Amino acid sequence: MTNMQTDPPVQQTPLAALHAALGGRMVPFAGWSLPVQYPAGIIAEHRQCRERAALFDVSHMGQFSLHGPGAAEALETVAVGELAGLRDGRQRYSLFTSDSGGILDDLMVARLGETLHLIVNASRADHDFAHLQAHLPASVPLRRHPDRALLALQGPLAVKALARLCPAAASMTFMAIAALDIAGIACLVTRSGYTGEDGFEISVPGGDAEALARRLLAEPEVAPAGLGARDSLRLEAGLPLWGHDIDELTTPIEAGLTWALGKRRRMAWDFPGAAAIRDQLDNGAPRRLVGLLPEGRAPVRAGTMLVADDGSAAGTVTSGTFSPTCDAPIAMAYLRRDLAGDGVAVSAMLRGKPVPAHVAPLPFVPHRYAR
Amino acid sequence: MSEIRFTHDHEWVHLIDGVATIGITDHAQQALGDIVFVELPQPGREVAAGEAIAVVESVKAASDIYAPVAGRVTEVNAELTADPALVNREPASGGWFFKLVPADLAAIAALMDEAAYAAFVETL
Repeated sequence: MTNMQTDPPVQQTPLAALHAALGGRMVPFAGWSLPVQYPAGIIAEHRQCRERAALFDVSHMGQFSLHGPGAAEALETVAVGELAGLRDGRQRYSLFTSDSGGILDDLMVARLGETLHLIVNASRADHDFAHLQAHLPASVPLRRHPDRALLALQGPLAVKALARLCPAAASMTFMAIAALDIAGIACLVTRSGYTGEDGFEISVPGGDAEALARRLLAEPEVAPAGLGARDSLRLEAGLPLWGHDIDELTTPIEAGLTWALGKRRRMAWDFPGAAAIRDQLDNGAPRRLVGLLPEGRAPVRAGTMLVADDGSAAGTVTSGTFSPTCDAPIAMAYLRRDLAGDGVAVSAMLRGKPVPAHVAPLPFVPHRYAR
Repeated sequence: MSEIRFTHDHEWVHLIDGVATIGITDHAQQALGDIVFVELPQPGREVAAGEAIAVVESVKAASDIYAPVAGRVTEVNAELTADPALVNREPASGGWFFKLVPADLAAIAALMDEAAYAAFVETL
């Protein structure tokens, strides 16, 4: 038994007292103290989200806003995607790219009136804020919102539970954003998430976060879930995690995120790294992010080397776990492009022994969004 | 003769008639969370004290299980292959990992007794 020690304390979210009351097992994550699980355990919390509704504290995520008529155009100078054309009340997935075409971070951008609301990864929030400060014109005010918490209510019954407190939430469609009162608390609500299920992310003033979380947990469909379930859910849904499946050294083409570039932006090639990304799109990327199904029951974790049938190096696993839904190990990996086709067999080198695995389409579990 | 000893790696060692049965403690299974896979050593293998000879995997991570003392592995718990969560449900009984014949019985007596292990866990 190793690694049972935890690191020194880190930043607390506004729900720290609630996590303690619920018996959350706190771990350090991206500079924050967050529950990896509650007493129910990761598998039960994972199933809760797939079958009913789970409430996650994702207050560690960075919340930024940009204001003014030129905000989206300014954001397009550092990010991919059709952002200038984002309609009022809609949200879109985007990427900050580097001049060499690497992914500096992935983010959600939502427009509400003349304000763009951004959600970025916790581990990249400081980087992203500095990056935006350095690149946005003074005419586009940029704000950070450390005073706000973020709750994710995810699962097929999330809409039923939330609509009881906020009927208007039920009429939102996937990737919509709205300013709504939930149980009398002013919130910014998007119909999106990181689990592959229908659900909502709710930005709420930190001082109201515990009251809102307790109100949501009081609904019969809802139970709390921690980071452990969040990770296994997103991996089943084939959603990449920055720092694991995507980073500065991987491109949108390699990561299978070509769709996020946006049609107009792929005509104009006017985002950072466009030349390198265009070259990969035209001539093929050297490697691709794929789904991988290892045989047997042993999880194949991030960092595991993959070997082709002829013994040559095939790639590396970037995320891997045991899937509660599939009742089998699942992984995502970068594979050499000649091997990155569905059904291709490779071997995962697990503790010095080859474990057969084959390439499988993503997601492992179908998305169930409210389109 | 029957006695239970504990290691600082959160394993229990139950010595009965010269054969040691080894498992992980309730504290350990709680810390690991839902166990989804267990890899066990080959029976007949000669192992050194402190050698990593089994692996237990939760949803989140893999952890090594060490031989608490030197000896020869005589039997493994095949039930764990089909039902690894048995370690969570019955860590101190049905969820045992392997049995070994210790090279030196005195090495087992040198491990912590139940009170010492409880005191050790309190310090974590």
